Amino acid sequence: MPEQSSGVAVAFADARLVAAKDLRVEWRSRVVLSQLVPFAILVLVLFGFALDPDRTVLERATPGLFWLAVLFSTVLALQRAFSVESADGVTDALRLSGLDPAGIFLGKAAGIAVQLLLLQVVLLAGVSLFYGATPHGPVLMVSTCLAATVGLASVGSIYGVLSAGLRVRDSLLPLLLLPILAPVLIAATQAFTAAYERTSGEGWRWFALLGVFACLYLAIGIFAFDQLLEES
Amino acid sequence: MTPEPVDPSGGRQTGNGAGLFRSHPEGTGSRGSRILGTIVLIATAAFLFVALVASPADTESENAMGDMVRIMYVHVPAAVACYLAFFVTAVGSIGYLWKRTEGWDLLAAASAEVGVVFTALTLVTGSIWGHIAWGTWWEWDARLTSTLVMFLVYIGYLALRSAIVDPVVRAKRSAIVGVVAFVNVPIVHYSVEWWRSLHQGPTISRFDPTIDGLKLFALLFGMVLGILVFLWLLMHRFRMQYAAARLEARGLDLALAERRAEGAPVSGFTGSTDATTEKEAVR
Repeated sequence: MPEQSSGVAVAFADARLVAAKDLRVEWRSRVVLSQLVPFAILVLVLFGFALDPDRTVLERATPGLFWLAVLFSTVLALQRAFSVESADGVTDALRLSGLDPAGIFLGKAAGIAVQLLLLQVVLLAGVSLFYGATPHGPVLMVSTCLAATVGLASVGSIYGVLSAGLRVRDSLLPLLLLPILAPVLIAATQAFTAAYERTSGEGWRWFALLGVFACLYLAIGIFAFDQLLEES
Repeated sequence: MTPEPVDPSGGRQTGNGAGLFRSHPEGTGSRGSRILGTIVLIATAAFLFVALVASPADTESENAMGDMVRIMYVHVPAAVACYLAFFVTAVGSIGYLWKRTEGWDLLAAASAEVGVVFTALTLVTGSIWGHIAWGTWWEWDARLTSTLVMFLVYIGYLALRSAIVDPVVRAKRSAIVGVVAFVNVPIVHYSVEWWRSLHQGPTISRFDPTIDGLKLFALLFGMVLGILVFLWLLMHRFRMQYAAARLEARGLDLALAERRAEGAPVSGFTGSTDATTEKEAVR
């Protein structure tokens, strides 16, 4: 059906608009650059304090620590992204603007994904520098980062809207989000471990799990965002 | 003090709890739930006899658990009941998203509450079992770990419910969380299982006493009883949720009526009924 295909095109055009808007707001306020990136580096330093500057322990724990830092930063990034929205009633404005709900979801997720990817680049440099972990298997690592980021951003966008506008949002969001993201932490950590230990074959299985997770939550977001925007 | 006139209709309005089977008209009991409750009570007594006295201790299997095998008669039924409860929550959530009626939402909420209790029971009995079988209170076993994650997810679900005041917004948002949480259960389970199998051989065999005869009967009896207890609790929690929703609505109506009385003391102001019907329509 021609209408169907144009609908998908509209959704992607709307997604681009929303993502561009979010990233423009982000670029002008520079909260990610001035707060989130330093926070992530701080977490890496604190892990160092907690585990003693023993290079062997830190190097062995690098994949897990890297993804934990990403997870904590994701919570902060989401709180930031959705508090900007609810403070100015942007959610209502988006609803009134007649944009496609699926497009709004994809746009929000894309905006968050770009920020998370930037963060991961900095963190990867950080673990190489502080923990002395030399990255291997670039294809597996980049694929893992991409798949995990899509999963994080789509679950994050769903839960960000869910908890938007609540007084207890700041404490509720991590409680709702982190158990759902547990499989991402496990899979991404294992894939990175495989990459660092040069056993990439093992890692692709975990990448597949990340891919399934990302697709599933992208689908849930695309279908459920309509409902979520309606009443928030 | 003048004594209350005795109600000839069997005193159903008094709600003073006189008599075992008399209850408040707006209470959570009904004929059906009382019959079920009685059955559960009798069955529990019979179950305790079968599980604790009649069934033999485990002495035949290779890691003979002795009397400790009896924990399984509670552990396995509790686990079955908690999975059933979260399944009902998912069904209620989907039902709400489909039909948009209050009942589905209340069903999901009531079932999640009961499910969290059963999950806690599963975790505690599993941990006690682990202490006996493996010598540690906690083992990063796939099933135990994924049950813990599930427990936390549904605690989050209940926290979300209690954080939202507006019933329609609450129903919609928690319906989506109810579906997502259930979809998440198998993902967590398989990822934890893979994760464990990577570091060691297959997980320590949890439960392989030879199960036959009275032991099998005790286990199956426990499962049936667990499901009955779940249904009984679900009925009460559902009616509890329903009464709470009515109370909430009544409080709102009273407050609205008061404000209107303050604002428009003269003239026959009829907006109140309109607003009520409008609100009902929104529901």
